[in-house]
Amino acid sequence: MTAGVSGKPAGVSGGLPVGGAMRVMGSETEYGIHAPSAPGANATMMSARVIQAYAQVTRQRAAGGAETRWDYTDEEPLHDARGWTLERSQADPDQLTDQPPVLDAEAVALAYGRQELEADGEDESGTLLMNMVLGNGARLYVDHAHPEYSSPEVTSPLDAVAWDAAGDLVALAAVRRLAADPELPPINLYKNNTDNKSVSYGSHENYLMPRNVPFGDIVRGLTPFFVTRQIICGAGRVGMKQDGSRPGYQISQRADFFETEVGLETTIRRPIINTRDEPHATADKYRRLHVIIGDANLSQASNYLKFGATAMVLSLIEAGLAPKLEVHEPVAALQAVSHDTSLTATLRLLDGRRITALDLQWIYYEAAAKHAQDTGVADAVDGDGHTHQVLERWSATLTELGSDRAAAASSVEWLAKLSLLEGYRDRDGLDWGHARLGLVDLQWADIRPEKGLYYRMLARDRMQRLVDDATIQRAVTEPPSDTRAFFRGRCISRFGADVVGASWDSVIFDVPGRGRLQRVPTREPLRGTEALTGGLFARHREAGPFLSELLGLPPGS
Amino acid sequence: MAGQEQQQPKSRDTEVDEDVPAAPPAPAEGQASAATQGVDDLLDEIDGVLESNAEEFVRAFVQKGGQ
Repeated sequence: MTAGVSGKPAGVSGGLPVGGAMRVMGSETEYGIHAPSAPGANATMMSARVIQAYAQVTRQRAAGGAETRWDYTDEEPLHDARGWTLERSQADPDQLTDQPPVLDAEAVALAYGRQELEADGEDESGTLLMNMVLGNGARLYVDHAHPEYSSPEVTSPLDAVAWDAAGDLVALAAVRRLAADPELPPINLYKNNTDNKSVSYGSHENYLMPRNVPFGDIVRGLTPFFVTRQIICGAGRVGMKQDGSRPGYQISQRADFFETEVGLETTIRRPIINTRDEPHATADKYRRLHVIIGDANLSQASNYLKFGATAMVLSLIEAGLAPKLEVHEPVAALQAVSHDTSLTATLRLLDGRRITALDLQWIYYEAAAKHAQDTGVADAVDGDGHTHQVLERWSATLTELGSDRAAAASSVEWLAKLSLLEGYRDRDGLDWGHARLGLVDLQWADIRPEKGLYYRMLARDRMQRLVDDATIQRAVTEPPSDTRAFFRGRCISRFGADVVGASWDSVIFDVPGRGRLQRVPTREPLRGTEALTGGLFARHREAGPFLSELLGLPPGS
Repeated sequence: MAGQEQQQPKSRDTEVDEDVPAAPPAPAEGQASAATQGVDDLLDEIDGVLESNAEEFVRAFVQKGGQ
């Protein structure tokens, strides 16, 4: 951050307690998109409709085009964490995420008709709305052929759950808006990861790490954990193999789509450990670990453990204390774990031992718990306020998975879904290939509370709540207070008409009367917080004087 | 469940302002605890929520590639 947003220089941990579950993190959700009454509709165009609908909901457009453009300056999708950059000519077109997507006019016309496009499919500057930065600091945009919500940066797993769930309300608001428009086909959005016809789309996590941790340590420390993490946070899937052609039920939505151990790609040859090296922050201090192996979670408890346990394992790796074990053939093991809902299959380790996925999770838990106790962050009273709860839930969940699966069904998403499916199988005598079970799986993830089966279970208190509805609702419009997302979100909601672009590490102003655009870098994720910039926002109602103070410029310059 | 569908709040005018979208409905007050809810009861409710013609609906859910 620039002059005016003063504060202590952020260390690598940026002042967050080290050793436990706190760290800068965030989620990305690509929603499945479907218009039942318009089966041939172009998915990219439908996704743009979703973004546009949300812009209408927020009225940002009416306020002067505040649906801020994404600033692509610092996108580096071809930088590999292993130390090289992929040649552009060698990249798959899907990897070129540093360019705005171009919507083919023919595809648009095909999907929605030329006349309508001319009427309102474009904004004032003549381009389709593909990208928004929201007042809560999130990004909402068209990614490939799906609408994607990327949460603002948060510092704890509980906040990760809140701002991820806020994305589902953003998506819901867009769906409602579209459903109310008699001119357009209603669009359904699903928080899942596959269509069961060989296509998968992602739900990603991002974690900030110090740059000086060797990438090889991350690969070695994380791989066994990721192979087995699904037993606590898999979302469950009806169907085996990428195309779902073999009947059955498995723990993970994503496992069958992974083909390699380490790599740069996210859409082809998907790797257990992704090496994309776009820190979106000061590059010599940080790396952003991009995790692509997780399932999208509706269950708050599963989502919480996904972020909390992973953050703790990263703390272990940073301290050089990750369990020393290696899984034989990790990709095959990942799929074997997913296909074993009994949790009794054993994995072969390179040292010859054979242990279950549950055993392996316990090994990581014990190491993480010890490290957190040694560093003091796990203390119930004097700790960091988060790690103690993560450890409690992690151990309780592993205990239940071993001895009381009925109890785990109110928190572990794949078990909750399985309990519903088993209900249908028992009552109606259905085999796993029956279409109704496939529908239950799909509709589990419908984000509309009256249609989504997860939400029906939640309404009956069959799923646990960790974050109350009011908190999630608030996270739709309010940014987290303790990261740079506060600055970004407040700039959008306060000065939206004067903001012409934003990204994770910048906000660009175009203030009337100033000769040029003013780009405010936000390369330190733990600056730009409410504590550091709240006063600045309180003092200024107009962007000009706000920027003058922020940048240390003479007023009116 | 259509009655639970909430109206979007009316927009306010000049401020850049995000209207708050509808939240999932809260569980009804006085609802019996989960432990006493029968599975049959749950399935009966979900029968009424599931899309009709499961086979066609599932078949038509075709996605383009993603990450």
